[in-house]
Amino acid sequence: MNCKGVIREISDYIDGALEPAEKQELERHLEHCEDCKIVVDQTKLTVDVFCDSEPVELPSDVRSRLHEALRRKINEKRQ
Amino acid sequence: MLCVTLMDGKARPWPVIGPLALLSASNPHRLPSGIAKEDEHLLVAAAKRGDMVAFEELVNRYERKIFRLTMNITRNREDAEDAMQDAFLKSYSHLKDFQEDSRFYTWLVRIAANEALMRLRKRRPNQFSLDEPIEGDEDLMPRELEDWGPSPEQRFAQTEMHEILSEVIDKLEPDFRVVFVLRDIEELSTEETAKTLGISVPAVKSRLLRARLKLRQKLNRYFRQGGTN
Repeated sequence: MNCKGVIREISDYIDGALEPAEKQELERHLEHCEDCKIVVDQTKLTVDVFCDSEPVELPSDVRSRLHEALRRKINEKRQ
Repeated sequence: MLCVTLMDGKARPWPVIGPLALLSASNPHRLPSGIAKEDEHLLVAAAKRGDMVAFEELVNRYERKIFRLTMNITRNREDAEDAMQDAFLKSYSHLKDFQEDSRFYTWLVRIAANEALMRLRKRRPNQFSLDEPIEGDEDLMPRELEDWGPSPEQRFAQTEMHEILSEVIDKLEPDFRVVFVLRDIEELSTEETAKTLGISVPAVKSRLLRARLKLRQKLNRYFRQGGTN
């Protein structure tokens, strides 16, 4: 596998979706290609930082309007 | 299992934050996400029977995540708020139709994503299309390979990290962004993402690959050793 092949398969590799033979081939390439190793590690980290980030607190005005709308809807349904 | 008796006299098999807080609309407390996964089906079953406290609990649990989702897709606060509100209202109205073949949260994400996409298409009719073919391999080769040093997650404070992530995702083209948001932030499966967006599994994979590589490149500016310039 060459560098282009690694880049093409990087997503499936990160997701653990590669066939064992392809995975082995890709990892063999990483053993001697520092550039591809950097890209793989940083792409994985990119996914991790987004995945791990906690959502921020809902702004209080947004939350108030949401709950007010729900309250109206619930009352509407009850009547 | 913890059982709570509320002011309305009914015992509930999940920890409820406060009786009928939906009507007072001001309860800021949250439960750990681990609890959310374990008893979500109990809350859904109770909400289906008309228990409004249970539905309120579902809203309290997921409102922040759903707002993050609609904000990430629309990148417009007004649209994000409208999409979130409509998603919760629709989930309430159609709760009886929810077949429980997936998690309630996944079902809610799909409703919210559709609401957000509708608004994105309306606001940017010429800039957003999932039908366009994706370019070839040429532009995939990464540039700017620099050392990011030890753990960027520890180098930046949480607020700073939020700003960085918001800035880089804002600059990602919408058709790559929506796939990345559903697949990597909301953790839908590739198949669920394809179904939500009405595109094929290979199209999801292709856009996801490009989104991840583009985001890596954009993050390089912040995460490389030595600053943001």
